[in-house]
Amino acid sequence: MTSDVSERTALPSAPADEHLLTARLVAPRRPGLWISAAILLVLAAMLIHTLVTNRRFQWPTVRGYFFERSILHGLELTIWLTAAVLVTGYVIGTAVAAARLSKNPVLKSLGFGFVWLIRSVPMLVQLLFWYELASLYPKLSLGIPFGPEFASFKTAHLFGGILAAYVALSLDVAAFSAEIVRGGILSVPAGQVEAAQALGLGRGRIFRRIVLPQAMPAIVPASGNLLIGMLKATSIVSVIAVQDLLYSAQLIYNENFQIIPLLLVATLWYVVLTTVLSIGQYFVERHYARGTNRRGDGFARLFRRNLPLFNRAGLAAGGRS
Amino acid sequence: MSTLAAAVEVRGASKWFGAHKVLDEVDLTVCPGHVTVIIGPSGAGKSTLLRAINHLEKLDAGRVTVNGVLIGVREHGTRLKELSERAILAQRAEIGFVFQAFNLFPHLTVLENVAAAPVATGRATKTEARERALELLAQVGLAEKAEAYPGQLSGGQQQRVAIARALALRPGVVLFDEPTSALDPELVGEVLAAIRALAGGGTTLVIVTHEIGFAREAADRVVFMDAGRIVEEGPPGEVLDRPRHPRTREFLSKVL
Ligand SMILES: Nc1ncnc2c1ncn2[C@@H]1O[C@H](COP(=O)(O)OP(=O)(O)OP(=O)(O)O)[C@@H](O)[C@H]1O
Ligand SMILES: [Mg+2]
Repeated sequence: MTSDVSERTALPSAPADEHLLTARLVAPRRPGLWISAAILLVLAAMLIHTLVTNRRFQWPTVRGYFFERSILHGLELTIWLTAAVLVTGYVIGTAVAAARLSKNPVLKSLGFGFVWLIRSVPMLVQLLFWYELASLYPKLSLGIPFGPEFASFKTAHLFGGILAAYVALSLDVAAFSAEIVRGGILSVPAGQVEAAQALGLGRGRIFRRIVLPQAMPAIVPASGNLLIGMLKATSIVSVIAVQDLLYSAQLIYNENFQIIPLLLVATLWYVVLTTVLSIGQYFVERHYARGTNRRGDGFARLFRRNLPLFNRAGLAAGGRS
Repeated sequence: MSTLAAAVEVRGASKWFGAHKVLDEVDLTVCPGHVTVIIGPSGAGKSTLLRAINHLEKLDAGRVTVNGVLIGVREHGTRLKELSERAILAQRAEIGFVFQAFNLFPHLTVLENVAAAPVATGRATKTEARERALELLAQVGLAEKAEAYPGQLSGGQQQRVAIARALALRPGVVLFDEPTSALDPELVGEVLAAIRALAGGGTTLVIVTHEIGFAREAADRVVFMDAGRIVEEGPPGEVLDRPRHPRTREFLSKVL
């Protein structure tokens, strides 16, 4: 037996392998894949089963409050607060990233200091800080630094709950997005900028047309994380009595004690929003994957291939023929 | 000045990187329409010299003129003052540059790569730039790849696109920094053929290369650099076959 094997390995190009030319190629079996998938499917089924059958989740109550007016108002506030915070945060963050990447040592250190400071302070502390600003600086005034002042006003009127939340969260997004944008820009090879310079393109154009599109594949996934994280992090404003989605739910269950159903109402709305954002992220990522081999990979491709509704290429081809 | 003016003239060019003098008072004159090949060992300063010609690298001393125009600086009394970014960019459009690593823009199609600069610098409308780009791509034998992305091309094809891109602005001078050294041996020929097709067409070419055979056949002048200096220069028959300087002889005996 052993001699048989050694003989065969010694003759790698045996003459009797003609039948192999017509043989079918069979993929190796992967039992581990099937077993792990089966286990996970059972666990998922158990989870869904308990969600549906445990009466204490009180799904009818959840349904009853899902479109409650105050919940929808809270939802609205959550959405526009998140949007405003992200736009402001990314504008500041991009500027900070530019400062950190500049050759000016003052700008560089200020950019670094900003990121360091904001990232060091817990978001809740920042929120309370801006909310309580009045106790720190009762009066703000406009004038020449260290010189005479022209106008002054009381801070007590300046920072209501929503404004404090807007400022605190925007600064937080600014610090984190600055690092995301900076990382994305650094991921673009220096040769790209050089090639564009050699072609006579200006600095602004090089940034917009050459660097940014290539930085986006690195920026988008991290930004999706930040965006979705911030959507949920806005719920922190409930501590300063801003009526966002979560706080609206809390107000209701403080009166009727239906805690779990109302938390489920808020959760389900967060799930809906996150789903919408994730789908958006997928399309943005696909847009910036031009020129790479990563276009439409993974689950999404499987999905589109197997559902005729999503199979646009197939539809187009069918229409033409 | 007119007919005698050099296409590229470098005078007393010096450049330090820290304490290391990379260019040591280099003088170089390139005649219009000529092909000048620069050879020399690694670290000799060939790339730095080439990059100084289109002001990608700033000189610490000396000056560069292209077609009689000072590059990157202007005379200001007894000193040279750096030009504004806009002025430098306008000058660069007159000087094509082909990089060793191609540096094509991966997110743009081949056609967009070639047509981008003429449109962005306002030298051509979109349609004009497209037509010119297709013409250039046909010239380097890649017309059918116009809609492909650089990542879908072989190295030799990418470098030919880079050559077409460098020509899109109709520069009077094209600089090549080791255009074939990132390529597999069987792809070198197609790129050299594309460069050879340019020679004799009125465009001035300055080529840093290790392809001695190509230098012998295509160059009007060969320049040998070592340790930041031009050691020897002349027609290829002289520099390559009867080098006067022992350093040149030593280098050639290694690469041939
Ligand atoms: N940005 C830089 N900073 C510091 N030193 C540099 C820099 N660029 C080049 N050098 C140094 O300058 C010297 C000349 O470099 P250069 O790239 O001009 O050489 P080269 O002749 O083109 O060599 P090669 O054939 O390897 O490309 C080298 O010693 C290199 O290490
Ligand atoms: Mg070099």
